[in-house]
Amino acid sequence: MSLRTFTSRFVRAYTPARVAPFAFTRAIATKRYTKEHEWISVEDNVGTIGITDYAQKSLGDVVFVEIPSPGQAIGRKEQLGAVESVKAASDIYSPVSGDIIEANETLDSEPSLINSSPEQDGWLAKVQLSDPSELDSLLDESAYQAHCESSEDH
Amino acid sequence: MIATKLLKKPAMLTLAKRSYASTSEALKQTALHDFHLKHGGKMVPFAGYAMPVQYSGMGVLASHLHTREKASIFDVSHMLQTRLVGKDRAKFFETLVVADLHNLPVGSGTLSVFTNENGGIIDDTIIMQQADSLYVVSNAACAEKDLAHINKHLKVFQDKGGDVDLKIIEDHSLVAIQGPKAAAALESLIGEDLKDFAFMNGRFITIRGVHCHVARSGYTGEDGFELSIPTADAVNITDLLLSHPDVELAGLGARDSLRLEAGLCLYGNDLDDTTTPVEGGLTWTIPKSRRETGGFLGAEHILPQIKGGVSRRRVGLFVEGAPAREGAEILSPDGEVIGKVTSGVPSPCLKRNIAMGYVKSGFHKNGTALKVRVRNRVQDASITKMPFVPAKYHK
Repeated sequence: MSLRTFTSRFVRAYTPARVAPFAFTRAIATKRYTKEHEWISVEDNVGTIGITDYAQKSLGDVVFVEIPSPGQAIGRKEQLGAVESVKAASDIYSPVSGDIIEANETLDSEPSLINSSPEQDGWLAKVQLSDPSELDSLLDESAYQAHCESSEDH
Repeated sequence: MIATKLLKKPAMLTLAKRSYASTSEALKQTALHDFHLKHGGKMVPFAGYAMPVQYSGMGVLASHLHTREKASIFDVSHMLQTRLVGKDRAKFFETLVVADLHNLPVGSGTLSVFTNENGGIIDDTIIMQQADSLYVVSNAACAEKDLAHINKHLKVFQDKGGDVDLKIIEDHSLVAIQGPKAAAALESLIGEDLKDFAFMNGRFITIRGVHCHVARSGYTGEDGFELSIPTADAVNITDLLLSHPDVELAGLGARDSLRLEAGLCLYGNDLDDTTTPVEGGLTWTIPKSRRETGGFLGAEHILPQIKGGVSRRRVGLFVEGAPAREGAEILSPDGEVIGKVTSGVPSPCLKRNIAMGYVKSGFHKNGTALKVRVRNRVQDASITKMPFVPAKYHK
């Protein structure tokens, strides 16, 4: 009883109405996937893009990452960068259209971040979305997992 | 030296084309297929066979380094093993390859090339002189065309009364063990010292009761052996080799980066039927006797090139920045396109990008500064001598 009271008071006190929409958006930062094993996590219309854990496992030890130059526009399915392992070179395509606002320069000196932290520290670039509706055509997590499992079965 | 060929476009080239990891029912399987699966082999289509590209326990990079430090086993049973018999076998085969088979001692082998009428290379091959035959190993991806080529000329030779015949060895599997610990692993099975067994020689050895042909050869730049094992015993012998604590399994992925560090050509990438041995840096495979007498297909095109030169040459390159892969353009310092990369990889041992390719003559000298174009970026490159990593063949 007292806990419930405290909670409701806490929420009321620390969630002013004008901030609520912002907090709400953050809480459901949208993460989507492509069948080609890129991920995009969108907050405030900025998409952070990288390759999935499944992709890094398939590639093996990444030894070089080509990152894009910020300040350029990029179209959906246009090449955003590339990852090189001993085995092969793999191109990375942007899942969305927009402007490249940041690239992960740490990957220049530490390409292995793609292997150790593909979906966190190993992000490749941030893109300001020009058409957020493009996200609708991407896979959500469960659809992506299903896609990976069916790829394994072949 | 015997080239296995990775898929021209491993579907990993883009994350999109991931069909690389799948195999279709039409693929042939080697006798070790179930053995590969049991050990976590990731099977890919290669030259019509399902072959392991790597194994679950070890990535390509680790597998590559393990081979250089200890030893690895490679299933190369997809390669074409043949035998030429008959008293005119050397005479016949010298019309098709550049080797001097009359002066190749019994028990010795050589790298050679099949040439066509224009002097181009049909395939590279290892030929071993045995007491009663020539033992020939050539590329899986070229098996069909090699056999058609040999048979066509064989028929003409036989029709003129020549005593020679070709036998395809279908009842033996081929397993390579490569690396500084390869000899110790094999010695532990046969209880015999192999010190006097020099590289590029072959002998018959009974391994745990199984009569095998063992060639001290390979495709990694390391000491090692290629064992032709009666197929019924292939899994058993491979298992025994693998039981040595220093030995692991390795797949096509490591095989490709190892051979490239060793400066060895991959047929289909670094050599093809428009490349002559002189352009391909394989003039050394043509012994003095054959340079004088010729007598192999395309000799009239090839021999003058030895003295007169060629318009392009195979070279080794160090590449700064991103690795330059097959197809990357090579540019002069002025930006003129002077050639193409035919194989490229980030070298696991050297920790820098290495590549092989062809450049216009004049740009081929060691140390020449050039450029390569990788995904529309122009990067620095320089010509370097091969092998990139020194060979450690057992003399």
